[in-house]
Amino acid sequence: MRCRKCHGTATVEIRRHHTAFCSEHFLEFFERQVARAIEEERMLTHRDRVLVAVSGGKDSLALWDVLRRLGYDATGMYINLGIGEYSRESQRKTVAYAEAHGAELLIVDIPGQYGMSVEEFARATGRVSCSACGLSKRYLFNRVALEHGFGVVATGHNLDDEAAVLLGNLLHWQTEYLARQAPVLRSAHPHQVTKVKPFYRIAERETAAYAIVRGIDYIVDECPNSVGARSLLYKEALNLLEQAAPGTKQSLYWGFLERGRPLVRAQDGATLRDCVHCGQPTTGEVCAFCRMTERAAERMRVRRMRTPASPPVSPEPAPGVPAAAGAAPPDR
Amino acid sequence: MRVLIRHQRREVEVAGRRRVREVLQELGINPESVLVIRGSQLLTHDAQVGDDETIELRPVVSGGHA
Ligand code: SF4
Ligand SMILES: [Zn+2]
Ligand SMILES: [Zn+2]
Repeated sequence: MRCRKCHGTATVEIRRHHTAFCSEHFLEFFERQVARAIEEERMLTHRDRVLVAVSGGKDSLALWDVLRRLGYDATGMYINLGIGEYSRESQRKTVAYAEAHGAELLIVDIPGQYGMSVEEFARATGRVSCSACGLSKRYLFNRVALEHGFGVVATGHNLDDEAAVLLGNLLHWQTEYLARQAPVLRSAHPHQVTKVKPFYRIAERETAAYAIVRGIDYIVDECPNSVGARSLLYKEALNLLEQAAPGTKQSLYWGFLERGRPLVRAQDGATLRDCVHCGQPTTGEVCAFCRMTERAAERMRVRRMRTPASPPVSPEPAPGVPAAAGAAPPDR
Repeated sequence: MRVLIRHQRREVEVAGRRRVREVLQELGINPESVLVIRGSQLLTHDAQVGDDETIELRPVVSGGHA
């Protein structure tokens, strides 16, 4: 196969566009796709300071890398979720990228600051791990972004991620979720930052190819809690369709944005106000994150009273881990 | 050739000089779900791989996150 631009040997084929590129021209194509998504959806300007949610995986490291190459003022933010070797390894890869590229990185250490991992939050409050984890990430990215003066948070969600979420929402006709699925979620409250997904036009295969061509060392192993996740099943199903009919994922998601989404109207959301404990936007009195962490801390206190022999868990940040100042536990 | 299947943490032997497409077919792997790497180079599905060479199949499907 030959590169469409230079006729050299192709390294990346893009079947949905009936084309292939050599590594050099693939990078050019990739950057152009990202730049176009950012401009068309008015995600960012070169005056914005953007906080990139970095997990150490291919998508988020690729996003951080390409935003910096496109000249955006992009700082990374990594959250240590406390998920064993997965968290340690992904943090190592993220820190290594930041150091090698002289990129600015904020690290929030959940076990260091809250005395437990997201899995322990989940266990203590009867949630599944991914629910406690997702809640923590959404909360901390917003909070840290605000406290450090970022107006926008960018995440590495790609076309496959969005198409899989869409398929799940369609299979269950989750019209409320359908109405809110978009590449840009504008701030609806002074304490809420805008969220953007610059990779919504780019397939997962392409973000992985970008990371490999750019020589980015990302974590290939997945979080152990992702095993058996519904969204992976949806991705597999979509890939079967894509293999038989290239362009299926793109027409599903882009078609939804263009023609489906205008048909599902969002109900007027409940008005947001400040959480009385932490000041973050919430529809209730106390936000879901404060309720979760307070309940988990209470459980821990009770458990410790019952087993006085167990060593106390330090609420201080772990030594050597620079904690983002903004992510202090809520006042009680 | 030796094929390192990264996400299944296993290595298999595939006999003969083959095109990438045929290797994936033989292993029952959807080409949409992996990238194929030889050394540090990505390969397209029509690329030939020699009998004495090693390739890596790198999964591209990630997530399952909330
Ligand atoms: S798989 Fe679940 S627990 Fe693991 S990082 Fe993703 S959301 Fe968090
Ligand atoms: Zn070329
Ligand atoms: Zn709160």
